[in-house]
Amino acid sequence: MAKFPYAPAPESRDVARLKPSYQPYINGEFRDGTGEAVKTINPADETPLAEVSEAGEKDVDDAVAAARKAADGSWGRLSGTERGKYLFRIARAIAERARELAVVETLDNGKPIKESRDVDIPLASAHFFYYAGWADKLGYAGFGPSPRPLGIAGQIIPWNFPLLMAAWKIAPALATGNTVVLKPAETTPLSALVLAEIIAEADLPPGVVNILPGGPSIGAAIVDRAADGAIDKIAFTGSTEVGKIIQRSLAGTPARLSLELGGKAANIVFDDAPLDQAVEGIVNGIYFNQGQVCCAGSRLLVQESVADELIVSLKRRLSTLRVGDPMDKNTDVGAINSAAQLAKINELSDSGEAEGATRWSAECTLPERGYFFPPTLFTDVSQSHRIAREEIFGPVLSVLTFRTPDEAIDKANNTPYGLSAGVWTEKGSRILSMANQLRAGVVWANTFNRFDPTSPFGGYKESGFGREGGRHGLEAYLAH
Amino acid sequence: MNPNARATYTGLVTVLASDLADVTSSDASLRRFLHGLPGVDQVGAQARATALGTRSIKTTAKAWAIDAAISMVDLTTLEGADTPGKVRTLCAKAIRPDSGGPPADEGVAGRGRPPSVAAVCVYPDLVETAVAALRGSRVGVASVATAFPSGRASLPTKLHDVRDAVAAGASEIDMVIDRGAFLAGRYQQVFDEIVATRQACGEAHLKVILETGELVTLDNVRRASWLALLAGGDFIKTSTGKVTPASTPPVALVMLEAVRDFYGLSGEARGVKLAGGIRTGKDAIKYLVMVNEVAGDRWLDPHLFRFGASSLLNDLLLQRHKLATGAYDGPDYVTVD
Repeated sequence: MAKFPYAPAPESRDVARLKPSYQPYINGEFRDGTGEAVKTINPADETPLAEVSEAGEKDVDDAVAAARKAADGSWGRLSGTERGKYLFRIARAIAERARELAVVETLDNGKPIKESRDVDIPLASAHFFYYAGWADKLGYAGFGPSPRPLGIAGQIIPWNFPLLMAAWKIAPALATGNTVVLKPAETTPLSALVLAEIIAEADLPPGVVNILPGGPSIGAAIVDRAADGAIDKIAFTGSTEVGKIIQRSLAGTPARLSLELGGKAANIVFDDAPLDQAVEGIVNGIYFNQGQVCCAGSRLLVQESVADELIVSLKRRLSTLRVGDPMDKNTDVGAINSAAQLAKINELSDSGEAEGATRWSAECTLPERGYFFPPTLFTDVSQSHRIAREEIFGPVLSVLTFRTPDEAIDKANNTPYGLSAGVWTEKGSRILSMANQLRAGVVWANTFNRFDPTSPFGGYKESGFGREGGRHGLEAYLAH
Repeated sequence: MNPNARATYTGLVTVLASDLADVTSSDASLRRFLHGLPGVDQVGAQARATALGTRSIKTTAKAWAIDAAISMVDLTTLEGADTPGKVRTLCAKAIRPDSGGPPADEGVAGRGRPPSVAAVCVYPDLVETAVAALRGSRVGVASVATAFPSGRASLPTKLHDVRDAVAAGASEIDMVIDRGAFLAGRYQQVFDEIVATRQACGEAHLKVILETGELVTLDNVRRASWLALLAGGDFIKTSTGKVTPASTPPVALVMLEAVRDFYGLSGEARGVKLAGGIRTGKDAIKYLVMVNEVAGDRWLDPHLFRFGASSLLNDLLLQRHKLATGAYDGPDYVTVD
């Protein structure tokens, strides 16, 4: 028995102030959608949290009409300084309601409260603060003296960072003078609808931001409006499969598109790496948010001369991860977001074993209810295995080895994706040389999964195109 | 030998297994060994230490941690103004930190009388006083020695200091390393001094103070930790308490990693003592979390982990009362010694 068992330290569920039902936010009003009313559930115990009235086709039309009116009218004519004030107001309100939003996020998504509290919500607020500052300085952003907004941005976001992804999308769109029709993911609509309350309280003019909860059909409807010319730009974060469908739909139309899709990032550890910190970086890379991160470091490439030693350390560290109730402040790994996602993780992990890789999972007691998966790593993985090629989007690490820097580059780049990569070495020149050769939008050196609103983020190849964050993130919403 | 050892530090194991004496036979081989240790990324170490500090330790876990922390305190007075009277007062407090209450209920943390502290830590000339005052108790007597705190004296003088303290009955010796020699790269000299001090200690346990505030980098902390462990230190200790910064979370992290890895290699569990700047129960609990998750719960034991502190004990007692009664006591409800 453990000498020092940590007593349960649950965050209070009441802090979330969950309502029995939530509605779409269209033209400055909360109103029932014309779609179905569905229950959103807590993936940690499979119980319903609230009923969500989903949007229908008519709601999409109404939202687009309201967004157009705002873009052509009051919002479009507003000075950058005034737009900035609204963004600062939203940023402050997110920070003020941070604890409530963190609990909402954890309940709806399954991620540990310490992550929603320390990462998701502070970063969401920081994104609004950052882009608020750009609103009156667009002429100096390097996109010409007077860059213009595109008009309406249709934005479709995933379930892995529900509020943060909404912030990544909405903040730059508003800073540049666009209006927004945003669809949160079907399994995680709540925090975006709380954000809608914040936006309503910030007195944003009607139609500037419309939030339409719904499933894939609503996403498709938004993309269709863009193909018809009613929406000027689509920003999508999600799977490569859906990204391809969207790109096909918009081919040949004037609609602008930015895509942030899947990844199979290589986290490369050289023999001169700071090994204890590399272990932490590997853990942050793949077990952060249960591995449900598009830029997750899901492939560990480790130099053969330190591979055995590193894997021993890594397993020892994984054994200390606390898996379980996401609301407990000491939980490191929470619930997988949905039964469907858990099934996919199981299927791919099983394929790893079937194809000959060696599976190891941290010993931990998983809760009886809810969607949980233990932190897992595979050794004896070959480049040809599915677990080395396909995005698992779960807490599953594939360990591969290399002998020379060239081999590391070849293996790291040998993927259809190119979102992120990590390099661990104490040698500065090697970091720079690797960063130059890695075909990935983000290369982290001696760290992993660090995000900052000032830093652009986006992919190569099947990981998408366009950048979010930083000065570069403005470009996706500007005509110039 | 730990079965994982061979894979833990493959390179080092080969060295250790082949001939430990070779590693420590010259400046050159010691340097090769110490500089061959994996580097420490300061930003990453800081981040890990901070993350461990966010653990939420409540109710039963907090009660356990407070009592554990009390039992790990080396209650310290290292002032020029120390007198036998002051030391006797401190010793009384060390045996029985809290005046009131029935004897501790062994089964329930946080109830009854708190445990005694691990040891009292004084200058060599006051060891005799402390030994007399603590006779019959389980509280040890630790003495700083080797020209503490600067260590700026000849080796014979330092060893004389140690023998004095041991002769007076000290059960633990807290030595300082020669930071000047370490920073100048004279690792062999530092190593030899520790070995000589170790011998002068006889039966007494040896704690090796690295004075990490003067070593500055975490790479140096790691190297000095290994150097002290290789030379036979029973404990590695952060600081004298006379230099700022003293004990910091990243430094504690690196030292705990060192004893963990040394155990992995040699099968010998050596201790860590954090000293200087730890004044609140909250900080102490954060460090216990770090011990638990970095070194492992084997180290949650006064034989392998200590806090060198003076004011920490009173805050632990206040927190203990708070937990038992639900209300904070005023400062006059713990003793000033």
